[in-house]
Amino acid sequence: MEALNAVLVGVPLTLLVTAAAFAMGAVLGVPLVVGLRSERALARIPCRFLVDLLRGVPAIVWLFVIYFGVSIGAYRFAAVPAAIIGLGAISAAYLAEIYRGGISSVHAGQWEAAQALGVDGRTVFSRIVGPQALRVSIPSMASYLISLLKDSSIASTIGVTEIVFYTTQDARSGGGGLTVYIIAAITYTVLSIPLGLASRALYDSLRKKVSR
Amino acid sequence: MSFLTNWADWMPTLLKGLLLSIEITAASLAIGLPLGLLLAVATSSPVKAVRWLCIALVEVGRGAPALVVLQLFYFGLPSTGLTVSSFVSAFCALGLTTAAFTSEILRAGLQAVPAGETEACAALGVTRMDTLRFVVAPQGLRIALPALMGFAVLIFQATSLCFTIAVPELLSQAYSIGSSTFQYLSVLSLAGLLYAAITVPASWLVARADRRMSRHLAHAT
Repeated sequence: MEALNAVLVGVPLTLLVTAAAFAMGAVLGVPLVVGLRSERALARIPCRFLVDLLRGVPAIVWLFVIYFGVSIGAYRFAAVPAAIIGLGAISAAYLAEIYRGGISSVHAGQWEAAQALGVDGRTVFSRIVGPQALRVSIPSMASYLISLLKDSSIASTIGVTEIVFYTTQDARSGGGGLTVYIIAAITYTVLSIPLGLASRALYDSLRKKVSR
Repeated sequence: MSFLTNWADWMPTLLKGLLLSIEITAASLAIGLPLGLLLAVATSSPVKAVRWLCIALVEVGRGAPALVVLQLFYFGLPSTGLTVSSFVSAFCALGLTTAAFTSEILRAGLQAVPAGETEACAALGVTRMDTLRFVVAPQGLRIALPALMGFAVLIFQATSLCFTIAVPELLSQAYSIGSSTFQYLSVLSLAGLLYAAITVPASWLVARADRRMSRHLAHAT
């Protein structure tokens, strides 16, 4: 019971880091996917490079670079902002790829019809292709959110007081070391269940609006 | 350009770490893939108890962060009187994580083999074991290959988590250089580039394999 309490103290910060990083990624992923799909090589190649680099370097390395490496004048990032920025940037890269998959699944006829009707490029994106692409992307976004929830455990390495931080602390201060880790593992699994259910509900309700 | 001379100085140490990261990846896959196949088959076992046990194992294995599993072995097991070295913890933890994830990939691959083939085998009196070995597995593994390669890239990245249990892999080497020279940004960037030097070309290979395997679909649509 004591071990359970020790683990649960970390839950709010785990959720905060996960939610903030996901929100940052969901927003920044949009300009990235526009860049990835651009016809201009000058926009496309840097975006591709950035996405590959963000996804290719392990999250823990990004967090260390931001937390230990970056100092702007005398300013250093605190642990929580460093974790959110690092995981948020990585999420942006992953979500941009997910958006790209969603956009390419929208039928070409939709683009062509919009063009034939003289709808301008921005409106096509925001009103016609975007909503359809988003709907297709939701299941992948949800599974990314679940993996991000687990990746947020990496923030413990730079001292963010989330689940794993308290778990390690409790395990090292004696007590049943194994029990507390098993509780932590189950806590993560349990936290991800409502996310999976919510995504399925959201997907179904969005589908109902279009399918007859 | 003084940082370049630094990089040249640090390179041998970091490359040694990188080699260890690759070795841990290989060991995790060597442990995890056979175990994953076993789990994939067992999760569709006709025996209810086996099936549910395996499903629970897979779900917790996939639901728990690799970091927690790593630390469970290294910091958690000693409380039961079983002390394992950091290397053994790394192999076991990442091997188990690999098994849990690849079992789902393999299961999807095996299920993609048309049911008619299994039925044909049953009709011809081929045993379940032989059906799996000669008919379903060879085709299912082929289908699962791109996803398995993608997972191998992820598990290579996950070896960086072994930093937390004092395995002297790439990130640990970079961090210890950083803490003695205080040039964290420089050395961590170099470590990041070394990781990317493996993962980025590897992910191109995965994309290529993926395209090759789905070539027959491109014509259909």
